[in-house]
Amino acid sequence: MPRLSLKRLWAMARKEALHIGRDKRSLAMAFAVPAAMVLLFGYVITFDINDIPTAVLDQSQTSQSRNLVDAFRSSGYFRITRQLASDAEISPLLTRGAVRMVLVIPPDFAKHLAAAEPAPVQCLVDGGDANTASIAINYAQAIVTSYSATAVLKGRALPVPVQVESRVWYNEDLKSSNMIVPGLMATIMMILSALLTSLTIAREWERGTMEQLAATPVHRLEVIFGKLLPYLGIGFVDIVLVAVVGGVVFAVPFRGSALFLVVTAMLFLVGAQGLGMFISAAAKSQFLATQLAMLATMLPSLLLSGLIFDLASMPTALQLISLAVPARYFVVVLRGIFLKGVGLRVLWGQALGMLVFAAAGLTLAVRAFRKEIA
Amino acid sequence: MKFGGLDWGRLLELMRKELRQTRRDPQALRLVLAAPIIQLIVFGYAVNTDIRRAAVILFDRDHTTVSRELGQTLAASGYFRIAETAERAQDLVESLDHGRAILGVEIPRGFEGDLAAGTPATVQVLVDGTMSNTATVAQAYASQIILKFGQAHSPVAQALGRAGAPGVDLRVRSWYNPNLESRVYNVPGVMGSVMMLMSLLLTSLAVVRERELGTLEQLMVSPLTPAELILGKTVPVVGIALVDLTLIASVAILWFGIPMRGSFVLLFFASLVYIVCGLGIGLLISTVSATTQEAFMTMFMFFLPAMIFSGFFFPIANMPTVFQFVSLLDPIRYYLATVRGIFLKGAGLTVLWPQLAALAVMGGLILWLASTRFRKTSV
Repeated sequence: MPRLSLKRLWAMARKEALHIGRDKRSLAMAFAVPAAMVLLFGYVITFDINDIPTAVLDQSQTSQSRNLVDAFRSSGYFRITRQLASDAEISPLLTRGAVRMVLVIPPDFAKHLAAAEPAPVQCLVDGGDANTASIAINYAQAIVTSYSATAVLKGRALPVPVQVESRVWYNEDLKSSNMIVPGLMATIMMILSALLTSLTIAREWERGTMEQLAATPVHRLEVIFGKLLPYLGIGFVDIVLVAVVGGVVFAVPFRGSALFLVVTAMLFLVGAQGLGMFISAAAKSQFLATQLAMLATMLPSLLLSGLIFDLASMPTALQLISLAVPARYFVVVLRGIFLKGVGLRVLWGQALGMLVFAAAGLTLAVRAFRKEIA
Repeated sequence: MKFGGLDWGRLLELMRKELRQTRRDPQALRLVLAAPIIQLIVFGYAVNTDIRRAAVILFDRDHTTVSRELGQTLAASGYFRIAETAERAQDLVESLDHGRAILGVEIPRGFEGDLAAGTPATVQVLVDGTMSNTATVAQAYASQIILKFGQAHSPVAQALGRAGAPGVDLRVRSWYNPNLESRVYNVPGVMGSVMMLMSLLLTSLAVVRERELGTLEQLMVSPLTPAELILGKTVPVVGIALVDLTLIASVAILWFGIPMRGSFVLLFFASLVYIVCGLGIGLLISTVSATTQEAFMTMFMFFLPAMIFSGFFFPIANMPTVFQFVSLLDPIRYYLATVRGIFLKGAGLTVLWPQLAALAVMGGLILWLASTRFRKTSV
């Protein structure tokens, strides 16, 4: 076995860089994909729900019922798009999705209120989109509670027994871009490794250049590291790109240490690219490699990383699986650095997890590659 | 066997070749059948926007029966669990910094006394805002539970007795999805994404691979006409995609218990139109890509935005207006509306025809564009 030589490694890296450089579209995509993802996710994803289209069936037609409807309208959460005349109109509207909520105020509404009795009001929600529906219900409850307190009980002093004082930390305005943009780095790195690295060895197999590579005196470590270097460079530029776009366009705060970010990002990058190369070496065909890369890297890093969906609310089995998803640790680290401004003292566990991932990714790539060349 | 300008014998032969090629690669075949199911199951469980047993750190400075009861009420709701109790204010900071809890609740000293005396007591809620969606929901639930608790324990409410407080009593009924499970909405949505991914991948990669290997030229010099070539490449994909549809629809209904209230025939028909859209786009991608890598990346650049704009993760109605218009060009959007309509609402053609018409028009246009380009680039 030849001794490792930095020169050969460098030559390998240059060859791979040339390959990438010639493939103008892939190169452009390597930078366009991250930028597009940040902009898309940052702008399109919002969890604020306003202007829920709502229909009202007011059978009471009194000043009290009109006040209640006004309270809904002026809240900003609901947009009263229709006044209905009969029950029969409700079902087709909800089925077509023309409105998401129907408020039914029964004829004896004002009478009940005057008699200081509970006055039932029906609220029909399109529960299809459970998330929007539960938020809408929450808003409706809040509006009705305050309506009861001000309009109905006025004249009688009913002190508010408990006040809730909420304070939000780290992301004071609950902006969704603050949540998404830092975490997105992890997903982007994973996707790049799927898009770029996972094909690099499979391509050589399919084109028959692998035999040529095997015939040269190059060591397998030199091949792996040589192929890795240019992609690490691209990944690094992408991290800077995302951080700059996040800071400039979305005003995402950066409260932690840039050095810590670079170190953890490089660890993660090495692991992700290693994994991509392992897939590439193991699959040998580009079609299989793309499929495996999608399954093994993209989906988990988007869904099981806590980027968008809360891991703590998932079934236990899925939470256990997510322990093996490296993006999960990186997302916590990224949010910690950007939003919380915490460092190694708090995040050492995650950092350790990523170190293990980097080592595992490299080992896998080198091992899978050895079998073929020997 | 000539009919409609096509030689059906030749066409059949090409399809047999495609099928044989797929069969020879059992790994790929298994993946084509297994990937959608894995995706459906993982998505189905992971894409969950309900909060359940979120970790709370409780800082009880009152240490009375009532304050303890408030802690129990929070836990009993099912939305929260008391993961830790704090001794000092610093503990709250530590816990939120480490991410061990996402919510801190601080009950002030004298809480029980204030409540009994009718003096307003202030409960502090600290929220970790890093996951802004979870934070919003958790904050709303916590305030509601605490406010209700306060009302139930105030002397005024107790004086009113069991008759119920006067005022508006909001009775909520949720249609189509009575328990408000996000899964019921998301699983049909996953079907749309999985089918699109399959038809894109299979078509674009199948063509590009032949181009990369140089066998596309061999096919070109054969007596096959371009129309036969396109059909031979796409019809097997339609077959595979329909098998996938049957598989994932079965998993959705049998495994996840998603209610199927509409017609299977309509689902099948709508899916067929949608698959044609997908493979048209796949074909289009193959005409602008020389290598597998290029095809894969181009596909990704289409697929990711298409997913985001489709209203799969995030309701279209909440997007900025510009993006709502962009989403009108997204075939996935129409298919999702159709599938959700059929599954959850039992909607039929009378309701869904605009969606289907949009899909059909798009499918026709894309396929026409793709085949024109295909002829130009390949022949």
